[in-house]
Amino acid sequence: GMAAVGFSIGPAMAAVEETEKAIAEFAGGATPETGRITLTAPEIAENGNTVPISVEVDSAMSGDDLVESVTILAEGNPNPEVCTFHFTEMSGSAAATTRMRLAQTQNVIALAKMKDGSVFMDKKLVKVTIGGCGG
Amino acid sequence: GTWTRAAAQQGLSEDQLLDMDGKGKLTLLHITDIHAQLKPVYFREPSVNIGVGPVAGKPPHVTGQDFLALYDIEPGTPAAYALTSEDFVSLARSYGRMGGIDRVATVIRRIRDERGSDNVLLLDGGDTWQGSYTAQETQAADMVTVMNALQPDAMTGHWEFTYGAERVSELIENLPFAFLGSNIYDAEWDEPAFEAWKMYERGGARVAVIGQAFPYTPIANPRWMFSNWSFGIREEDIAKHVSDARAAGAEVVVLLSHNGFDVDRKLAGRVEGIDVILTGHTHDALPEPVVVGSTLVIASGSNGKFLSRVDLEVADGAVKGYAHRLIPIFSDVIARDPDMAALIDQVRAPYEEELARELGRTESLLYRRGNFNGTYDDLFCQALLTERDAEISLSPGFRWGTSLLPGDAITVESLHNACAMTYPEAYRSMMSGTLIKEILEDVADNLFNVDPYYQQGGDMVRVGGMGYTIDIHKPFGSRISDMTLLATGAAVEPARDYAVAGWASVNEGTEGPPIWDVVESYLARNPVVTLQENNSVEVRA
Amino acid sequence: MASKPRIKLPKSAAAGEVITIKTLISHTMESGQRKDKEGNPIPRQIINTFTCEFEGAKVFECELDPAISANPYFEFNAKVEESGTFKFTWVDDDGSVYETEQDITVS
Ligand SMILES: [Mn+2]
Ligand SMILES: [Mn+2]
Repeated sequence: GMAAVGFSIGPAMAAVEETEKAIAEFAGGATPETGRITLTAPEIAENGNTVPISVEVDSAMSGDDLVESVTILAEGNPNPEVCTFHFTEMSGSAAATTRMRLAQTQNVIALAKMKDGSVFMDKKLVKVTIGGCGG
Repeated sequence: GTWTRAAAQQGLSEDQLLDMDGKGKLTLLHITDIHAQLKPVYFREPSVNIGVGPVAGKPPHVTGQDFLALYDIEPGTPAAYALTSEDFVSLARSYGRMGGIDRVATVIRRIRDERGSDNVLLLDGGDTWQGSYTAQETQAADMVTVMNALQPDAMTGHWEFTYGAERVSELIENLPFAFLGSNIYDAEWDEPAFEAWKMYERGGARVAVIGQAFPYTPIANPRWMFSNWSFGIREEDIAKHVSDARAAGAEVVVLLSHNGFDVDRKLAGRVEGIDVILTGHTHDALPEPVVVGSTLVIASGSNGKFLSRVDLEVADGAVKGYAHRLIPIFSDVIARDPDMAALIDQVRAPYEEELARELGRTESLLYRRGNFNGTYDDLFCQALLTERDAEISLSPGFRWGTSLLPGDAITVESLHNACAMTYPEAYRSMMSGTLIKEILEDVADNLFNVDPYYQQGGDMVRVGGMGYTIDIHKPFGSRISDMTLLATGAAVEPARDYAVAGWASVNEGTEGPPIWDVVESYLARNPVVTLQENNSVEVRA
Repeated sequence: MASKPRIKLPKSAAAGEVITIKTLISHTMESGQRKDKEGNPIPRQIINTFTCEFEGAKVFECELDPAISANPYFEFNAKVEESGTFKFTWVDDDGSVYETEQDITVS
């Protein structure tokens, strides 16, 4: 069923450039690599006002193998910043879940900074749709 | 009658329809997307079902003559009638209606007798409780009563949830079998809200059945009706259940899924260790399994037209071989199970008079399926334009809704088979040309996104009063062009507001008369339906 | 204003176990992006920091931006070695601090 809703689903990505800046700032000179970090989010958001996102970083979380922080960015929101998690050895594992707002279909990006300064990145496209119809 | 002659010519008999060389000891029976059709129906399969990206031209995205050629089916045969839209009207007159849960009951009883009931698992893929006048009136009590008598071992769901969380919970609590939903979570604390999987002992084997409800239920249907439940594909959860089930000794792992075919095909290639996916939602009927790695993907059609039988040979804790048959339920060939027939009569009795009330007559074939159009939707769109005084009308691309042959009466029953639902309000609102385009783009991406995980199933929203061109291979936002008002030939202007009428909005608080009242009132003034071929959508595929 | 926070964590655990903690707090998380009926911007007011400590040591912290949904939810882990008290703190843009504690018995 088509809903008479008024939000924009256009492809304009307001924060793409700012996202690039935020990535560079978080990485602090390191080049983000793939691997170690997994971002989990629904393929299609049930409700753009509250989209569950989880991150998990492969790490022993002790000694030198430690994740210091993970930041979440959204390149299609008015501002890219979503949140930053800080972990410690007492976290036991570098995993966290929260819920975020998504203004439109866009990539959500997660970056992890390790104790040795290396940075890992994962991203996932989350679709925000009008809804309706079905089989 | 005619069917008897035709059936005899083709050598159709109940024994022949059920005949199959058994394999191993274990048998899975799968029925799905019944959409509350207790009685035999006509159901025309789609003539247009386009696949995109890696699934282009692969089943189930094969229709008509191509389908006949792919599966080596002779035109004009019972299989051609059951599985395609080719020559549908004349074959329907020859072979008659299909389905009927009393016939399904006969088939299940005979297979249980043949194989031994301890060796058979009967699994219902969901979309069982919605889609008829009586299901609507009884809030699914008729379907629950009838399905309980079939004694399934488990089910999952989709349209079930549109009865609202309270009603669904009440019905599920009283089911004598499992309602499985691995992917349904409590939205507040993100904890499993349903039983995810269950172990069965059948045919001397331990069989784990994981249930997967329709992942996009809160998007395709009104979320506010079950706002405490969150869904999603949650592939990683399925993988975990598979490994848990194997660790618990499962020799066979079955995914009872309402994901839709393309989603399940992708999932089969990504999650290890599933032996059989019994798929639903997209209403495809395939005479052979699609094999992905070592996973069988079984598509069992809709509306009670088919029942799938999958025999599995299990040895050394693993599946070693299989046999499969998609059994078409020819209602004039398969005997009615007398107890089930009586039960169906009983649940329908209070409504028989209203069900049979004639609203009009059709001179054209009325059907729903097809990626872009269906004649039943053409009727709905015409009724919406006229009765709601609109310039443009929209009818959702549902895949349920049975067919009527030329000359058939349009009764309350047949009308409701095409529109019975819990949010039927026919709205009328002003929408800009830009918004209308955005809606079409949005739905088109749900259908033609190259990644199946981003598809919702269903078909393109049907449009009355307006034509357009769609290039399905373009990216999101640029598939739709040339939107034109049919009445004047004028281009739809982005900034102008248009009066748009539609039905089945997922928004809470939508106002308007129920769609069945709109169509009934249209038929009262236009009692004979004759539809011209609909060429208003130009498809570039 | 935020309402009383809610916490889900096990009452007991084995020494060295990694437990899961879930927290919820009611808060509108006014993003600063919205406008009122007269078209004036509604000022931002969000929870900007969430912290979980165990016996004075930091376990997990999150800095929140306006893109976090209303009623912020967090799920994270903690490795527990001994019995003690978890302390949870939410800091509001307006300077309010919301706190709650929960004990765990470790054997
Ligand atoms: Mn269905
Ligand atoms: Mn469905």
